[in-house]
Amino acid sequence: MNIIVCIKQVPLASEAKIDPETKRIIRETASAILNPFDLYALEEGLLLKEKFGGEVIALSMGPEKAKASLREALSMGADRAVLLSDKSFGGSDTWATSYALSKAIQQLGGADLVICGKQAVDGDTAQVGPGIAAHLGWPQAAYVTKVESAGRDKIRLRRMNEEGWDICEVSVPFVMTVVKDINQPRVPTLKGSLRALDMEIPVLKPGDIGAELDKIGLFASPTRVVKAVPPEPRNTRTQVIMGSAEDCARELVAGLKARGLLAGEENHARN
Amino acid sequence: MRVIDQGDRDTFSNVWVVAEALSGRVQPVTHELLGAARALADARKSKVWAVVIGHGLSEDARSLFACGADTVILADDDRLSGFRDEAEAAILSRLIRAYRPEIILGAATARGRALIPRVAVLTVSGLTADCTGLAIDPENGDLLQTRPAFGGNIMATIRCPDHRPQMSTIRPHVMKAPLPQPGRGGEVIRAEVLDSDFINAKEIIQAVHGAEEEVNLSEARVIVAGGRGVGGPKGFELLRGLAHALGGAVGASRSAVDAGWISYAHQVGQTGQTVQTDVYIACGISGQIQHLVGMQSCETIIAIDTNPDTPMMQIADIAIVGDLFKVVPAIIRELEKNT
Repeated sequence: MNIIVCIKQVPLASEAKIDPETKRIIRETASAILNPFDLYALEEGLLLKEKFGGEVIALSMGPEKAKASLREALSMGADRAVLLSDKSFGGSDTWATSYALSKAIQQLGGADLVICGKQAVDGDTAQVGPGIAAHLGWPQAAYVTKVESAGRDKIRLRRMNEEGWDICEVSVPFVMTVVKDINQPRVPTLKGSLRALDMEIPVLKPGDIGAELDKIGLFASPTRVVKAVPPEPRNTRTQVIMGSAEDCARELVAGLKARGLLAGEENHARN
Repeated sequence: MRVIDQGDRDTFSNVWVVAEALSGRVQPVTHELLGAARALADARKSKVWAVVIGHGLSEDARSLFACGADTVILADDDRLSGFRDEAEAAILSRLIRAYRPEIILGAATARGRALIPRVAVLTVSGLTADCTGLAIDPENGDLLQTRPAFGGNIMATIRCPDHRPQMSTIRPHVMKAPLPQPGRGGEVIRAEVLDSDFINAKEIIQAVHGAEEEVNLSEARVIVAGGRGVGGPKGFELLRGLAHALGGAVGASRSAVDAGWISYAHQVGQTGQTVQTDVYIACGISGQIQHLVGMQSCETIIAIDTNPDTPMMQIADIAIVGDLFKVVPAIIRELEKNT
């Protein structure tokens, strides 16, 4: 089973800064980590490969330094890694990013399965996984919390939703996005880490993947960020309640009532 | 669809709401989206349409007129009783090409966040996820979409200047549902469902409701959440009692989930769910940044902890310094007294 896992290097949330000109996240100076959800995507890919054979390719788009995250994927056991990197990819929104990744997937010879993390923790959009599926014309399964059983042609899996879950069976090839619950990602071994250090990571440009230049980058992206500011700060005037449990409870319930936050007063609070 | 000039842009009109259907019902978030759509349609002097895709939903679909829909499109087929991403996306994309809406609002739920991105790619349009604010730019009529990124550390305003329709997803409880106007009616358009919409084989085997009622974090108005301080599964039983008394859901920090005290469906934070409730009661949660980014947009935050100096106690609107095992039962008793 040939599996491509799409991963993203993301800045540490605590160091997020915005370029005042482009309104995009400055990725060059912030400490970067592998998007946490992608670890689960990699682990699931490796588990399926261990069962069926084949290979796991880690694929990313980003600046040169995103190679560090691809090396992390290699150290976990991915067979090879590929980076899409070029100025002309810069500023791509989720439409253009999923287009570029879908072209790279085709250029790599396709796959039986593409796995993504549920979302990246910088943009928080969850749009690239389904976007890739749409560009490829493949089925998709999002918010996958468990692979119930896997065959070579069909995978039975469990998808989360607001009320519980459903179980569906999807024919390969398809794209799935996974949540944290799905597995426990392995820790890279020393041997794996050493192997990853020496491996070459090819860098592909638009021409290498047959991407049309008018479908990538900032210019081709339907959405434009026009403003990015820190949110209004929370009212930090904390009301501290101390004393016996009974006193605390009485004061809290009185406070909730005063704010119109008790269930019976819902309508009053909302309208 | 890319638009070249104003004349082209003007061929798109009306605001569409993609109804959220789950377990055979149109979900309440749909009414909230209709409220937001009405304001946008008024600003654009256009109409509100609702699109309902599923099976056995015609009664629920008709009820959307009372919530402000002028026209309802209904795609009904028994193959659509489960969530078939590919088929729903194909149907919706076909309707968009035929009727050319200017704006589309969908729910930022598991279904909406899987379906709408697929439609945005198929129709070559821009999509902004999890919008918390929508407005019409008075200068050019574009939709200005505001959303949190980086777990709420940044508010970004996004526009989609050269593509139509402009698409947004919105979380439950962010917009206000309008007061229903009984007796309000409108036209129902039956949409065609084609066999070819189902070419990509996906079979829904089984749909399961969560065993516990307290799990629906996105629909809840009140969340009672526990962290390491809760001490174990027994502690969460206590929180369930409080959640029940408040008509709310139970949330958890990552460490409580990783310890196996409660299932992942309850996890709030960066690798769990982002929630935006009226009330968030954090019990024994220290408040690591990864947790805070998932709940800091809640309206009123209440923290209960023996340590008054944790980050959670610092950001809380109300901080109760005390032993949660004593305070929580006392709150439950106090609430019972008040009802």
